[in-house]
Amino acid sequence: MADNNNNHRNIAFICSKGDLAMAYPALIMGWAALGNGHDVTLFFTFWGMDIINKARVDNLEITPVANTSMKMSMMGVPGNLGIPNVMGIIPGMTAFATKLMNDKMKKLEVPPVREYLQMLADAGAKLYACKMSVDMFGLTKDDFVDGVQDIVTAADFIDMTEGSQIIFV
Amino acid sequence: MATREIAGKTVQVNEEGFMTDPSLWTKEIAVELAQEEGISNLTPDHWKIIEYCRQTAAASGSAPTLRNITNNAGVSTKELFSLFPKGPAKKVARISGLKKPEGCV
Repeated sequence: MADNNNNHRNIAFICSKGDLAMAYPALIMGWAALGNGHDVTLFFTFWGMDIINKARVDNLEITPVANTSMKMSMMGVPGNLGIPNVMGIIPGMTAFATKLMNDKMKKLEVPPVREYLQMLADAGAKLYACKMSVDMFGLTKDDFVDGVQDIVTAADFIDMTEGSQIIFV
Repeated sequence: MATREIAGKTVQVNEEGFMTDPSLWTKEIAVELAQEEGISNLTPDHWKIIEYCRQTAAASGSAPTLRNITNNAGVSTKELFSLFPKGPAKKVARISGLKKPEGCV
């Protein structure tokens, strides 16, 4: 019968971007994978360090500048009207776009990023920070949210994900 | 779709083994499905979650998501994953005689 363990998978996500829109894919898919009984590893690197940085996690942003997918339709304006880049550089536009997206997520009952990370850790996901990025940004383990298990090198990550499906975000 | 007997009752199940008619579900069926999922003993904590799922599905028409369960059934994420290890999303729904949850969170 349907036994979820028959098709057990190890899935690893590399989170390399720190804007709000790119924080969510690994969290959502990772959570779904855990719910279906798979093992999940998340490796945070480069700008993705913001997602696990205590000082940044609650302030991830999205900017309309050079974002060709963010249209006025997000604000209820019908059609395919874009947000001109020159408008995007007006002070407050990034905050406005960020609030818009956070509100939409909240409406869908999607938890904020910090809470999502805690859910994943509680459900057994393994969270790691990239050693090179830690050195580059001058961070230590104390800078990270609870649930981040360790700081590991790229080679460590490659070793620990042998046989895993790797998803780069 | 297939027909099978669970705990003495003949029911229809889909290709993943989920019951297609929640109204035919009984507690005895839950016990047997739980055993198939590797849970040999359903404790009061298990039942609390199963009953929450049954009530939610009766009201909304679909099985609650894990997030919905941890928000409303008085159980933490850790507890939920420890009560229904290795895949609570599908296990809880299947044991409760429901289809897979439809939400992503």
